[in-house]
Amino acid sequence: MRYVSEFRDGSLARKLARAIAQASDRTRNYHLMEFCGGHTHAIFRYGVQDLVPENVKYVHGPGCPVCVLPVRRLDDAVELALNHDVILCTYGDMMRVPGTKQKSLIKAKAEGADIRMVYSTQDALRITRDNSHREVVFFAIGFETTTPPTAVAILQAKAEGLKNFTVFCNHVLTPPAIAHIVNAPAEEGEDPVRIDGFLGPSHVSSVIGSKPYEPVARIYRKPVVIAGFEPLDVMQSTLMLIRQINEGRHDVENQYTRVVTRDGNRKAQRLVEQVLELRREFEWRGLGTVPQSALKIRKDFSDFDAEKRFPVSPKTSREVKSCECPAILRGAKRPTECKLFGNICTPDNPMGACMVSSEGACAAYWTYGRKRDAAAAIKEAAV
Amino acid sequence: MCLAIPARVVSLDADDMATVALEGIRKLVSTALIDDVAVGEYVLVHVGFALHKLSEEEADRTLKLMMEAGVLAEELEEMAAAGSTGDAP
Ligand code: SF4
Repeated sequence: MRYVSEFRDGSLARKLARAIAQASDRTRNYHLMEFCGGHTHAIFRYGVQDLVPENVKYVHGPGCPVCVLPVRRLDDAVELALNHDVILCTYGDMMRVPGTKQKSLIKAKAEGADIRMVYSTQDALRITRDNSHREVVFFAIGFETTTPPTAVAILQAKAEGLKNFTVFCNHVLTPPAIAHIVNAPAEEGEDPVRIDGFLGPSHVSSVIGSKPYEPVARIYRKPVVIAGFEPLDVMQSTLMLIRQINEGRHDVENQYTRVVTRDGNRKAQRLVEQVLELRREFEWRGLGTVPQSALKIRKDFSDFDAEKRFPVSPKTSREVKSCECPAILRGAKRPTECKLFGNICTPDNPMGACMVSSEGACAAYWTYGRKRDAAAAIKEAAV
Repeated sequence: MCLAIPARVVSLDADDMATVALEGIRKLVSTALIDDVAVGEYVLVHVGFALHKLSEEEADRTLKLMMEAGVLAEELEEMAAAGSTGDAP
């Protein structure tokens, strides 16, 4: 981990840390939500939290695609694989997420379901061509970055006349989720989640641009700074947010100009638009039902819609009892407030999605947080 | 699966595909999402698709960072393991 110490000792990191300390007003707290799991990861790996003053607090957001997929949709995928005799193609991260009664895709596979891990929609298409006598379903999940590859695959399947390829579409959208988080009333027994500003996702924004955040920032009066994934990016964006908050501004600013523009990748947007359309609403783990927050396959392409071809049975889905993923995804709790964290639930034996995906907050705490907590305890004992 | 890796385009192939090279791995990726990419340019690859172009310096810096932070190995493994097409040393 040479880079971690290089970063922490680096003059740029030190300068930024000093600037943040100078800019922050000691009489108040700054609650900054990093929406994206990639940022959570960077904050933990590089100990960014320790480099900023104590009144600057990072609140971990729901930007982990594996984490926000509700159990029911995972149960549906398990049912597709087990009862409809399809080849289910999935991104690897989904394999170990426990569904109802802890049934995961990996367990379904052990029971004989034909589930294949793919790296790309292109692999799913290849499997489709190689198995013309079988039905192949691509389990599509992800935010705006991962959506265009799904749209392209459907267009390719149509152009090639592939009859045995469908997509189980679970693509979700970032801006409505941000709006929902600032707008949602507190859950019973929870304090309202305080957020003063957002670190916006970088790769998602490279596709959709920074423009879609503008209404959110304006309506809810919360500044958004699109931030790159490197620790220095996160620190610079933190400084930009603090300055906006101090000045009472709520603009969308772009720290990650190396890649993100206001309009984003038009070509990718057009392809998505051609194939997919807004769902009226979609359920998110932790956030509940969020209006216009996900995409479904357009009617013109319904031949490629797994939900049309394989109606799944209605079911009562349940999270693992006492898993706090839902509250963690809302920013209401931290992983260490979960009773199962680190004893029963570990990356080797995950009880919830937030421990499975490396972008999940529980996994980040497990990998980097424990050392930090231990160091803090030693420091405390010493004074 | 959220990560994206910078890679250098080594050849342009039929059907909006291109071969990219990184760390000795060659991989066939789709260029359907970007316009006029050329051999020698760097692109950011996410789930087998070039998302956008980036400068050589930016690519270099990101790769170094990913390597030193230990995430590059994981990503490469994922890339190579799952249904790889066109991998060659
Ligand atoms: S530690 Fe495990 S059980 Fe607890 S919230 Fe995280 S994923 Fe759920």
